Amino acid sequence: MERETENNKMAGRPEIRTEHLTFSYDGGKEVLSDLSFSVFRGECVGLIGENGAGKSTLLKILVGLLPGYQGRAEVGGLQVEKKYLRQIRTKAGYVFQDSESQLFLSTVYEDVAFGPRNYGLDEKEVDRRVMEALEQVHIEALKDRQIYRMSGGQKKLAAIATVLSMRPEAILLDEPSGALDPGNRRNLIRVIRELPGTKIVASHDLDLILDTCERTLLLGEGRLIKDGPTEEILTDEKLLSAHGLELPLSLIHRSR
Amino acid sequence: MDRLQTAIAALHEVDRESSTYGVGSRVHPLARLIVCMGFLLTTVSFAPYDLAGLLSMSIYLFITGIWEEIPIRKSLSGLRYLFVPVCFLGLANLIYDKDVIYYLGSVPITGGMLSAFTLFGKGVFSIMAAFFLLRLIGMQGLCRALLRLGIPGGTVTVLLLTWRYLIVLLKEIRRMWQAYTLRAPGHRGIHTGAWGSFAGLLLLRSMDRAADVYHSMLLRGYDGTSIREGTESRAGTGISILYTIIWLGVFLLLRSIPLFHLVGSWLGGFM
Repeated sequence: MERETENNKMAGRPEIRTEHLTFSYDGGKEVLSDLSFSVFRGECVGLIGENGAGKSTLLKILVGLLPGYQGRAEVGGLQVEKKYLRQIRTKAGYVFQDSESQLFLSTVYEDVAFGPRNYGLDEKEVDRRVMEALEQVHIEALKDRQIYRMSGGQKKLAAIATVLSMRPEAILLDEPSGALDPGNRRNLIRVIRELPGTKIVASHDLDLILDTCERTLLLGEGRLIKDGPTEEILTDEKLLSAHGLELPLSLIHRSR
Repeated sequence: MDRLQTAIAALHEVDRESSTYGVGSRVHPLARLIVCMGFLLTTVSFAPYDLAGLLSMSIYLFITGIWEEIPIRKSLSGLRYLFVPVCFLGLANLIYDKDVIYYLGSVPITGGMLSAFTLFGKGVFSIMAAFFLLRLIGMQGLCRALLRLGIPGGTVTVLLLTWRYLIVLLKEIRRMWQAYTLRAPGHRGIHTGAWGSFAGLLLLRSMDRAADVYHSMLLRGYDGTSIREGTESRAGTGISILYTIIWLGVFLLLRSIPLFHLVGSWLGGFM
């Protein structure tokens, strides 16, 4: 995978690209300002920053949920704008911070099938995609489970499956480990590592970023503070503390 | 307040695709919808004094309840609040129609009493039938059936989204209620001074949640105008047609033959 990513970088094919991206809610204070970066096909990129740094806003802009930005935002070579939204949303899947918002149908199967059905696939193909997505997150045994009877960890995996069934080229995960117990968190890390395609993981959980992403973007007050190898950024205690973050616990333990 | 949790769980139960297995699960939601509509039409068509005729329609509810394993007593208890407004429907009849029709022992039964009971019966039967339909085919199934009937996709979608919003709203009420009671021990209900902010915040929070749900739908290809239907893999065409014909035939029979009256006369003949 790393070699493939390197090849894509060499070929200069970014899956996701922003140029001087600036955004504010209702013309107020800028939440994102002059943000430029590229994520290449097959990369797993961590997006870190303190509360209000603009992580969730950035992800929502990339899937077209927040129109009215300035600058450029591209997904799969398409500018994020109304006329391309349908295509963009098959190229990039967004996993909500709150799984409850993502899952709205009665059973896991129905919810995972919602996307493929909306794209007019026949039921055989829908079934194939649903089963494939559930297998990817290892919850195929829960396919007929009612969603409101599921635990937080199971809901998170089901939410990821709803996105995977659309076979996106990129997956954007917003605080995926929030409110998960250690066991479910470990399981989630394994799942994220196994997920195919390009990934952007926005999280405060720096240990999760360290375990899953080879590259990290540090945001501070809507600006890109640093873009580099995860290990380099997450070991820079001074940099992290200047932006309201702390060294990952695993690194602290390692150094003792 | 954990009645709210019970209510949310009940809505989720209703939300299930189909709660039946075996032969019942092979009946198409459209067939169930048609039969339910047939039941409702027949029920409301009974004359105001034809209580005996109306009561014969309970056969459908009893058979469906037993056959599909729907707990009838529990359902009646859960729906009791919906029956209250139905009680008021016939009150005016009690006042204005005082003609005595017959005596039950020494108790005079007026036309108003009879028509009030009939109205109450129609209301209860209709609510029960609608509830049974939702229990059997779920909200998704109902939407599919409505689409098949030719109801516009936009209308069906509004129905589905309203349903989702109801669940989201109840969940938000529960969260806010819990947060309130934890910081107001000993209070019975919400203090009147907090009503305004509670209601306003509830609206904003539930709208935010509803917007998230809607965004999640948009991100998965929902175009805002219609829902796509899946196939009911277990549904059989033959059994669905048979189910519809049999029940509609039964309704027609019950409407044209005073079954309970005949049974009563027959039993009276023995006594």
